[in-house]
Amino acid sequence: MWPYVIRRVLATLPVLGVVAVIVFLLLRLSPGDPAAIIAGDNASADDILAIRAQLGLDRPMLEQFLLWLGQLLRGDFGKSIYLSRPVLGLIAERVEPTLALSLSTMAFAIALAIPMGVLAAWRAGSWIDQTIMAVSVLAFSVPVFLIGYGLVIGLSLSLDLLPVQGFVSLTEDPVAFVRHLVLPTVALGLVYTALLARITRATMLETLNEDFIRTARAKGLAEPRVLILHGLKNASVPIVTTIGTGLALLIGGVVVTESVFAIPGIGRLTIEAVLQRDYPVIQGVILAIAFVYVLVNLVIDLSYTLLDPRIRY
Amino acid sequence: MTGLAVSQPVLVVEGLRTEFATGEGHPMVAVDGLSLYVRRGETLCIVGESGCGKSLTALSILRLLPRPYGRIGAGRVLLDGQDLVQVTEAEMRAVRGRAISMIFQEPMSSLNPVITIGRQIAETVMVHEGLDWADCMDRALAMLRQVRIPEPERRLQEYPHQLSGGMRQRVTIAMALACRPRLLLADEPTTALDVTIQAQILDLIRDLQAKTGTAVVLITHDLGVVAEMAERVLVMYAGTKVEEAGVEELFDNPTHPYTRGLMAAMPHLGGAGGGRRRLHEIEGVVPSLMARPAGCAFAPRCELATERCRREAPPLVGIGGTHSVACWVTAGEGVLA
Repeated sequence: MWPYVIRRVLATLPVLGVVAVIVFLLLRLSPGDPAAIIAGDNASADDILAIRAQLGLDRPMLEQFLLWLGQLLRGDFGKSIYLSRPVLGLIAERVEPTLALSLSTMAFAIALAIPMGVLAAWRAGSWIDQTIMAVSVLAFSVPVFLIGYGLVIGLSLSLDLLPVQGFVSLTEDPVAFVRHLVLPTVALGLVYTALLARITRATMLETLNEDFIRTARAKGLAEPRVLILHGLKNASVPIVTTIGTGLALLIGGVVVTESVFAIPGIGRLTIEAVLQRDYPVIQGVILAIAFVYVLVNLVIDLSYTLLDPRIRY
Repeated sequence: MTGLAVSQPVLVVEGLRTEFATGEGHPMVAVDGLSLYVRRGETLCIVGESGCGKSLTALSILRLLPRPYGRIGAGRVLLDGQDLVQVTEAEMRAVRGRAISMIFQEPMSSLNPVITIGRQIAETVMVHEGLDWADCMDRALAMLRQVRIPEPERRLQEYPHQLSGGMRQRVTIAMALACRPRLLLADEPTTALDVTIQAQILDLIRDLQAKTGTAVVLITHDLGVVAEMAERVLVMYAGTKVEEAGVEELFDNPTHPYTRGLMAAMPHLGGAGGGRRRLHEIEGVVPSLMARPAGCAFAPRCELATERCRREAPPLVGIGGTHSVACWVTAGEGVLA
């Protein structure tokens, strides 16, 4: 087990290296001179040269890359051009809302989707199955912002049950934290619920046709035990993969939801940085998200060995 | 019931009819009016080609027909007098794995790949006998010893993929017998195994049967297995019983043309000429259950078929002792054949 874990961790390094190169080139190859953008419309040629020297843009490409990489390894992601603050600090501030929303969304989706998928597969072809699948198609097809605004109008504005938007830190006020998370979680979670329910149904359907399920029934086991212990555990690899990938996508892609509900997370930071061409921040966000992806994939891979004893590397 | 029962049968099946719902109104009949019985300590072999309904007979007895299409259309399945067709699903669960166990053809796929062998055996004991988990694991260990698995302590913690096919079939037997069932249904238990392993598994089943007095219904297409294991034999064709007899009587005096065909298709050494002869084969294929012929189901493949065979299905008639056959032509020959 441990040799595999170590090998698997080491294998992530080249991936992160490639990401670093791409992110570096992104800035150098993108149209327009960053120095000119930073200097503004009224800057003189001298100003631009000064800024260029300050950013190290006048040195050879390779030297620039190594310099930048060295800074990265020391945890220095550079400074925001507009806010003049360290990028890492900016990202750190936005981590809590994004992480809270991503995790609550996934928890919501798992809690709903797995029972739905198992039930649909168990009674495949019946009205239960058809209803569950129809609901999931609907949930999958409606855009997040539509569900979001719908929930805001219904639950917040009309019934005044929940706050319309914003975010409150868990440490500040746990109750307000939860209340603010409910609507964005539901809005964002329905799509993932639909996706996960479909994956669960498909893999369970396959598993329930296996001979060992018939053996389990022939032993006189009750259906819940057959379905969960014998069925779901065998179907878990594709399900966990979907959950992991979904979580990684959520962390990198909650842009729309954060905008609709005015949540100051990574998604909003990304949009702001892109609009302002704040390259160091864009780079930092991309690197951070890439790191999360690699980490999540690592965890998924490692979880396989726990879920299925046949998988050994 | 046929003949005079020496001891009360454990299982009596009467007029079992197993059907599958189809899109077009009338269901497909997979098992048609089958009756059988098996006594304590006795082995009944059900023989027939694939698709003749022998496996579905076993699944019907356990009420494990594939949902939602399969169902028992008629008949009774009496376990010590109690009709299993009528009991509730919860009562049926208490029967499965406890009073009646089943082992399947594929030891590779009939064990759960992600649960240890020990847990899979112990689970059955826990569900039916409600013992402490530690006691259930002790029973699992004892069962692994009984089916002669080497290093049983270590095997307890292992997963099915770490065992060979023969060892896995031993595990399924251990699992099936863990609660000392009155009846064991064995569906082609050796078909997927190497020939040398087949003999070991059959020996094991026979030994354990002698120790526990379990009645065995062994389903096979292999007359070699029948000769080895059976006390009585039931020959099935296209969902119906075509012949039934004691094993020696059946081999000495096969009466139904289909049974005779099966026997002729079996390889022999040292025939009349002392050399090898070409195996006889039964021409044609098993009729589709959807398009069952009007008369005798075997008629289209039967060399002896008459006009009557094609028109009218022959009833099962006794032709002496416990031997009975369903054939218009050969039943009349009786013991003369």
